[in-house]
Amino acid sequence: MLVSILPLAGLGTLLGFLLGVASRVLYVERSNVAREIEELLPGTQCGQCGSPSCGAAAEAAAAGELPPAFCPPGGRAVAEAVAGKLGLPLDLASLVDEQPRLAEINEDICIGCTRCYKVCPTDAIAGAAKQMHVVFADACTACGKCEEVCPTGCIRLVPVTETLQSWAWNQPSL
Amino acid sequence: MFSPRLRGGVHPPGHKELSNASPIRRFPMAERLYLPLQQHLGAPATPIVKVGERVRKGQLVASSQGTVSAPVHAPTSGVVRALAEHTAPHPSGLPVLAITLEPDGREEWDPSLAPVSDPLALPPEELCLRIGSAGIVGLGGATFPAAVKLGSSLKRGVDTLILNGGECEPYLTCDDRLMREEPGNIIRGALLMQHAVQARRVIVGIEDNKPQALAAIRKAAEGQGVEVRSVPSRYPMGSQKQLVQLLTGIELPAMSRAADSGVLMHNVATARAVYQALCQGRPLISRVVTLSGQALTHQGNWEVPLGTPASYLINYASGFDCAPARLIMGGPMMGIQLPDLNVPVIKGTSGILALTRKEINTDEPGPCVRCAGCVRACPMGLQPLEMAANIRNGDFEKARSLGLDDCVGCGACSYICPASLPLVHLFNYAKGELASRQREARKMEKTRALAQRREERLVRQAREREELMAARRAAAARKAAGEESPS
Amino acid sequence: MSDYVLMLVATALVNNVILIKFLGLCPLMGVSTKMDGALGMGLATTFVLTLAAAASWMLENWLLVPLELEYLRILSFILVIATVVQFTEMLIRKMSPSLYQVLGIYLPLITTNCAVLGVALLNVQEGYRFIESLLFGFGSAVGFTLVLVLFAGLRERLAVLQVPELYQGTPIAFIVAGLLSVAFMGFAGLA
Repeated sequence: MLVSILPLAGLGTLLGFLLGVASRVLYVERSNVAREIEELLPGTQCGQCGSPSCGAAAEAAAAGELPPAFCPPGGRAVAEAVAGKLGLPLDLASLVDEQPRLAEINEDICIGCTRCYKVCPTDAIAGAAKQMHVVFADACTACGKCEEVCPTGCIRLVPVTETLQSWAWNQPSL
Repeated sequence: MFSPRLRGGVHPPGHKELSNASPIRRFPMAERLYLPLQQHLGAPATPIVKVGERVRKGQLVASSQGTVSAPVHAPTSGVVRALAEHTAPHPSGLPVLAITLEPDGREEWDPSLAPVSDPLALPPEELCLRIGSAGIVGLGGATFPAAVKLGSSLKRGVDTLILNGGECEPYLTCDDRLMREEPGNIIRGALLMQHAVQARRVIVGIEDNKPQALAAIRKAAEGQGVEVRSVPSRYPMGSQKQLVQLLTGIELPAMSRAADSGVLMHNVATARAVYQALCQGRPLISRVVTLSGQALTHQGNWEVPLGTPASYLINYASGFDCAPARLIMGGPMMGIQLPDLNVPVIKGTSGILALTRKEINTDEPGPCVRCAGCVRACPMGLQPLEMAANIRNGDFEKARSLGLDDCVGCGACSYICPASLPLVHLFNYAKGELASRQREARKMEKTRALAQRREERLVRQAREREELMAARRAAAARKAAGEESPS
Repeated sequence: MSDYVLMLVATALVNNVILIKFLGLCPLMGVSTKMDGALGMGLATTFVLTLAAAASWMLENWLLVPLELEYLRILSFILVIATVVQFTEMLIRKMSPSLYQVLGIYLPLITTNCAVLGVALLNVQEGYRFIESLLFGFGSAVGFTLVLVLFAGLRERLAVLQVPELYQGTPIAFIVAGLLSVAFMGFAGLA
């Protein structure tokens, strides 16, 4: 019996030793996937995914705690990029393909409290105390932070109205 | 004669005989004209008239805005009744801002419009400017502002001006009639454009299914240094790439403008509009429109004031024989399907077609059988079936790598497809999707920069506040020390 | 020399490890959806198979036969193969992180790829010399990679086509694999 155990044990020890050496030589630092993912994200720290910041969300996605389609403002493009980076299949069902929206201020009830433009992560709202506030459509990411802090409920996220310039052909049914 | 082999193309039944025998008639003024501010590619024009204002015929009512744009002129004298949204002649059926004009029937011309006595004596730049201020756009259907095209060609220096008399779209005969009836004006317009871009030669290309137009233009061009050539009838012969290759032997590279290869192409109707603008002082306020299709009682060609509602045009000129199965503005291959007739005739309206059920393909799309008929038909040498398969699968980037950007949307593939697949619709969908993704990516880039700047500002503000507080504390401490030391 | 070339052709094409001997079908269905992944998997398996063939030959002839421990053959071969796979995994992770992501779970599964163990055992059964077993391992691996890449190319095209609902996904892949196998049987005419 010993004659069969010993060679096998010896073989195992030898191979284990070789692998140990190899793992030292071929040591890879923790991959910078998280940082690469963060670069793909909008970077507005809007918090819609539930993480406090884009950096934290990227960490979570790299660790597999968030699905690739976690970023609502990034939409399909970001989801595809993240899925490609992680080598994961993309589950588009989890991505609610919402219509693009924009914040809109109801000028009748805006009291000029300045709270909204202080929280706007992209400086998309301009205004001054006791003055009307305005949303710059180009910079608004529809994160909804302003909606939350508005004391009078005058800010709402409304779907973007389609114009001749933004209109595109729909998908033909096949 | 040097005749390069042309790729692709289809031979749809022409149906030109429906309307090519009827001469161009002047269409009377409608009760109301709707002048969309966007009748061209590029930025919409800005209205410069007020509601209630009286305007004269030919008066500027909306000025161009930005580099790629075109102004709009009043087609008749009358009163501006509204500046409101009206259904656009566009596949979306979305509204567009339009000036509503109520004609007063007096047809008073704007006195400031005066023809140039000798336009050929003007410097080329001046000619381009005048063509631009007359609101002239490409009348073949692309509606690209003519002055912009001429101006950039002048800067780049082109060798050949090509006049496009192909009119390869079935049904349409407006260019055919125009060439038969006003060949002299077309040739004069071509010579003016030749001067505007300083081209060495002018070639007119006309499909061989229009022998009378060919003869008329040949006669008018005699001794003018303009070459007139007959080209085989094959759709899409009127496409820039096809015609340029056939007439000059130059194959335009993908994703480049014709001017880069020293060629400029304009429609024959555009040449006539240039002539009218410079020699008659008449800006672009009307155009020839073909009314055709077997659902109509009387097919024909009409010189229609821009802004005339399509419903008015059809009711006055023809009326329906039977309920049309499909209404199309433009040609049947590349035109747009109209949801209803409540849209105005604009600068790019080459025809209004009312087709019966027999004239259109109503088959449900079936599965692709990979017959590759579309590959043979594609004038751009693409593989529509592969592109379509990838688009259906959501892989737009793959479709783009197969040459989606080169697709001109001519419709030859959709026409030839035995499975009735809506190929061009798929390509338009993918193009729109890619464009919107690009827009989104650009916006994301911008908002990311904004967010970063905001973060930096917040950090800086916090630090400054901190420093201010520290300075104040230090000052207070000094003061306290100063008060203490003398005592 | 010509013997060796003949052997290479015979193992890669005529006696193709996947389509004729039906070994290693798991990666054939698993990592053949994308061309990149298939090529990566093929190269990784080539590396493992060749090394494992050499290592198992040495193990057999220098340890098991002298000590008359042939009954431990499968056990010890798996030990060696697992080591080689682990080593390959480290190597890929170091050299190509993206390939590492793409291969994912299939990389450690090379351990249980029956083609690897099968080739090692066949070497012993046929009584090949060292060079021959090395060539046999390499030739099999080349055949494996070839089939994987061919099949991935076919599947990439299948993915965008309108396959009848009944056959969508794996069923049509199996049918294609079967047809490919029939096609490879044609190489028998070379022999």
